[in-house]
Amino acid sequence: MNIKGEERYQRQILLRDFGLSGQQKLFNAKVLVIGAGGLGCPVLQYLAAAGIGTLGIVDNDVVELSNLHRQILYTVADVGLSKATCAAERLRKFNPDITVITYPVQLTNQNAVSILNEFDIIIDGSDNFPTRYMINDACVLLNKPLIYGALSESEGQVAVFNVADPAGVKVNYRDIFPAAPKPGEVLNCSEAGVLGVLPGIIGTMQANEAIKLISGTGETLINQLMIYNLYTSQTYKVKLSPAGLTSANLPADLEAFEKMDYNWFCGIKQVTGEVKEMSPAEFGRVMHEESFTIIDVREPGELPVASGFDHIRLPLSELRKEIPPVKGNKVILFCHSGIRSIIAGELFLEAYPDKEFYSLKGGVLRLNLQTNEREEA
Amino acid sequence: MKVEILLFGRLTEIFGVTHLLLADVADTDAVRNRLEEQFPALKQVKYQVAADQLIIHGNKQLTDGMTVALMPPFSGG
Repeated sequence: MNIKGEERYQRQILLRDFGLSGQQKLFNAKVLVIGAGGLGCPVLQYLAAAGIGTLGIVDNDVVELSNLHRQILYTVADVGLSKATCAAERLRKFNPDITVITYPVQLTNQNAVSILNEFDIIIDGSDNFPTRYMINDACVLLNKPLIYGALSESEGQVAVFNVADPAGVKVNYRDIFPAAPKPGEVLNCSEAGVLGVLPGIIGTMQANEAIKLISGTGETLINQLMIYNLYTSQTYKVKLSPAGLTSANLPADLEAFEKMDYNWFCGIKQVTGEVKEMSPAEFGRVMHEESFTIIDVREPGELPVASGFDHIRLPLSELRKEIPPVKGNKVILFCHSGIRSIIAGELFLEAYPDKEFYSLKGGVLRLNLQTNEREEA
Repeated sequence: MKVEILLFGRLTEIFGVTHLLLADVADTDAVRNRLEEQFPALKQVKYQVAADQLIIHGNKQLTDGMTVALMPPFSGG
C-alpha cells in the first residue's frame, strides 16, 4: 500500500525510530475508539492526524453544550447531533486519506464482539464501569490490545492491557480491579467536575501509546498503570502483574461473555435495574396511600426533616450492613438528592426481588417541606 | 519503622491529604486495617494497593521507608 501524501507525514517520518516503515504501519492499522467524549476526541484527532489508516468510532450520544469545554472536536452548531457522525465528518476533513467508520450505537455485550473483531487495537474512552469491564473482557477473549484511559476529577489513569511483555506476561484491567465496584463503593457516583485539559492530556497519552505500539517506537505502558495528577503535574507509575484469581471474574468464553450482566448500577446514568424513579408530583399523589411504604435513607441528623407523610427511617449506612424486612410490596425510598435512595433501592432489590422499589427523583430537596425544624436526636 | 502512604483519586477526600506517614505497620494488611480504623469511610470504598510501585495481590511485608499507594478505580472519560 502506498501512503498518500507522504509530505503530510514528513515530520514524523524524519524521526529516526519511526521512519517510512513506522508510517506504513500506522496506515495499515485499524483502531477502534470507544467513546467520542473527553478522552475520545483527542485520541481521534491525533490518530487521524498521524495517519492511522482506519479509525472506528463507537458512541451513541449527542453533543451537549456542557461537553464543549473538553470535547474539542465539536462546535456549538453540533449541539444535539450525533457525536460519532460529527466526529467522523471533522476527521475526514482533517485527513481525507483515512477511512473513518462510525458506530452510532450503544456498545453492548451483544454487539461488542462483531464490532471489536473489525479492529487491531481498541482504545477505551468510555465513561462508566459497566462499559469498561465489558470492553476489558471482550479484549481478553478476542486477544486484542487495549489502551485504557480513565479520569477522576483532577487525576487520570493510562495503561496498555493484553499485550505480552518480553517475558510473555500479559495483564488486564481485572488484574488491578478484579470486580466492579458495587453500589456505593465509589465515593460519589454523581457527575464529577473536570477541567477540560485533563481528558486532553490523558487522551493524548492514549493516542501516544497507540502510535508507539503500532509503529514499534519507544516504550509503551505494557503491564504498567500510570497515574497523572493535573494539579501537581506529577506522574506515578505502578508495575502490574497477573492476579491469578481474577480470571474467575472473567467470562470463560464468548458465549459466556454474551450472557454476562454488564448492566449493573454504577453511576446515575446506569440506573437500569428495577429501581424506578418517581417524580415529586407522582410522590405527592401516592404518599398517603397505604399500599406504599416510605423510607428515609438519610443518616440521622440530616436536614430538612421530612414531615407531612408517614415514613420510617433506615439510614443507608445501616442498610449496607443488613437489609431488614419491609412491609408492603411497594416501597418508596428517598434521600437528600435522589442518589443514595437509588443505591438503597438496589440493595433492597437484591434482598426482595419481588417487591417494587421507587426512588424519589431529586430527593427531599424537591419536596415542599417545612424545612426549618431542628432535628431532635 | 515508617512507611509513606500515597492517596489517589477520591481517597484524598476521605483523608483530606494526598499523603501521610504511618509508623509500625508490618505489612500492607496492617496498613489497610490501621487506615480503615482511623477512617471508617475507607471500608466502603474499593481500592488497590501498591508497595514501592509494584501492585500487591494479597499481603506484602513492609520495611522502613517503603511507599504504599492506595489507588481507587476511575471511571470518567
